[in-house]
Amino acid sequence: MNRLIVAASCALALMAGSAQTQAKDWKDIRIAFDVPYEPFEYKTPDGELTGFEVDLARAMCKDLKANCEFVIQSWDGMIPGLLARKFDAIMSSMSITPERAEQVLFSEPYYNTPGAWFGRKGTNIDVTDKDALKGKIVGVQRGTTMDTYVTNELGGIVQVKRYTTADDMVLDLEAQRLDLVFVDYPVGEQTILSKDGFTVVGKPVKLGEGVGVAMRKRDKDLAAKINASLKKLKNNGTYDTIMKKYFAYDVKM
Amino acid sequence: MPEMITNWLNTHEIFTATTILHYWSGLVTTVQLVFLSLIIGLVLSVPLAVMRTSRNLLISGPVWVYTYLFRGTPLLIQLYVIYYGIGVIDGIQDTFWWDIFKAPFYPALLAFVLNTAAYTTEIIRGAMVATPQGEIEAAKAYGMSWFKRLRRIVLPSAARRAVQAYSNEVIFMLHASAIASVVTIVDLTGAARDIYSRFYAPFDAFIAVALIYMALTFTLIFCFRKLERHLLRHLKPANG
Repeated sequence: MNRLIVAASCALALMAGSAQTQAKDWKDIRIAFDVPYEPFEYKTPDGELTGFEVDLARAMCKDLKANCEFVIQSWDGMIPGLLARKFDAIMSSMSITPERAEQVLFSEPYYNTPGAWFGRKGTNIDVTDKDALKGKIVGVQRGTTMDTYVTNELGGIVQVKRYTTADDMVLDLEAQRLDLVFVDYPVGEQTILSKDGFTVVGKPVKLGEGVGVAMRKRDKDLAAKINASLKKLKNNGTYDTIMKKYFAYDVKM
Repeated sequence: MPEMITNWLNTHEIFTATTILHYWSGLVTTVQLVFLSLIIGLVLSVPLAVMRTSRNLLISGPVWVYTYLFRGTPLLIQLYVIYYGIGVIDGIQDTFWWDIFKAPFYPALLAFVLNTAAYTTEIIRGAMVATPQGEIEAAKAYGMSWFKRLRRIVLPSAARRAVQAYSNEVIFMLHASAIASVVTIVDLTGAARDIYSRFYAPFDAFIAVALIYMALTFTLIFCFRKLERHLLRHLKPANG
């Protein structure tokens, strides 16, 4: 009987404890970034964290009057780190996908960059024409929304090759092992167009549901706060100012 | 039973018909790659081992350099050098060689063949050197020529001694082939990486593939045990 009372009181204490964390007021928010991913998040030569998403996070924290701590976390450990409570939110260009939404809670999307086709100079392929793409060898980064698009839309038409890093992909494009590369436009701009002999092929394609802030599924109150704040920033011009600082094109969503 | 399987597949998120087909094509690629490189490597390594045991330095020297180089560097580096190295040779894209080396399969096969041939050469050489001197003397006394001695006495008994060490090499090769996925080959590991990055489920994707590798390894061990029993049956203790 005594044991039962102890067990019951323990359970009560636990419940009270979890109720307390539920009622967290989110005065402190830890946000994770994977650097470098220019121009979204990277470090300046003097070591300061900067970039589009970092600036947006700062504006959001100021708006929420929250004390934000920025955490650097490599991409592979992002979702596990969030679930292990090493930080409370991810603002590191995480595209919203149904598979990820199984694991985490996404805010409303706050940006979307188009995917774009890249090739060697002189490449003349109509990328909107499935006949012209037939049999071409296309490189994508494994697990990206670009990968999903090419696999689902052009799976039987083109030959898909999946890479871990964009650098390996550029090497194979250079060596003519690939006819085309389909990547996130800003990534392609940084890694492919920065070298000689490459060009954008056709028009960029808007893909996916965009990028959102990822949080733990139970933190619905944090999601509500962040959604409200993002909406405010998008409407009062703060978002546009930050966007113009980093992009020559529209990524707003 | 088939109904149970289809039901299970329909309710499971990760192991659907599509991903299982992806694993299957990965399995086919792995088996092809490993089998071909082992066969070609074995065929190359017998004459190389004979050369390696020669007393003439001009014959044994180059083989020594080759085995030293390929056993002294990681297979991953060899694969990178061959795959990316071939691509930067000037003008290769315009020759017929590019038809072969454009796809990642043949550069990987070349790297694997060169690597396994180097190890197998040393395994066979070691077994050849261990031939009892008396057997060779007896063969000489019968008036056998060098080639006949090699064919009838040295190589068959070396093969018996080498088979255990060689079975390890075969298993190592199977496991080493997992690195083929770094040059975009969709082998078993490549398939697991694709599925992992699609569903963010590292355990399901990689444990499934580990079980397939394990099944392959046990099949190999079983076959080699049969072969050993056959080759070494003269060493079996007599039944009472």
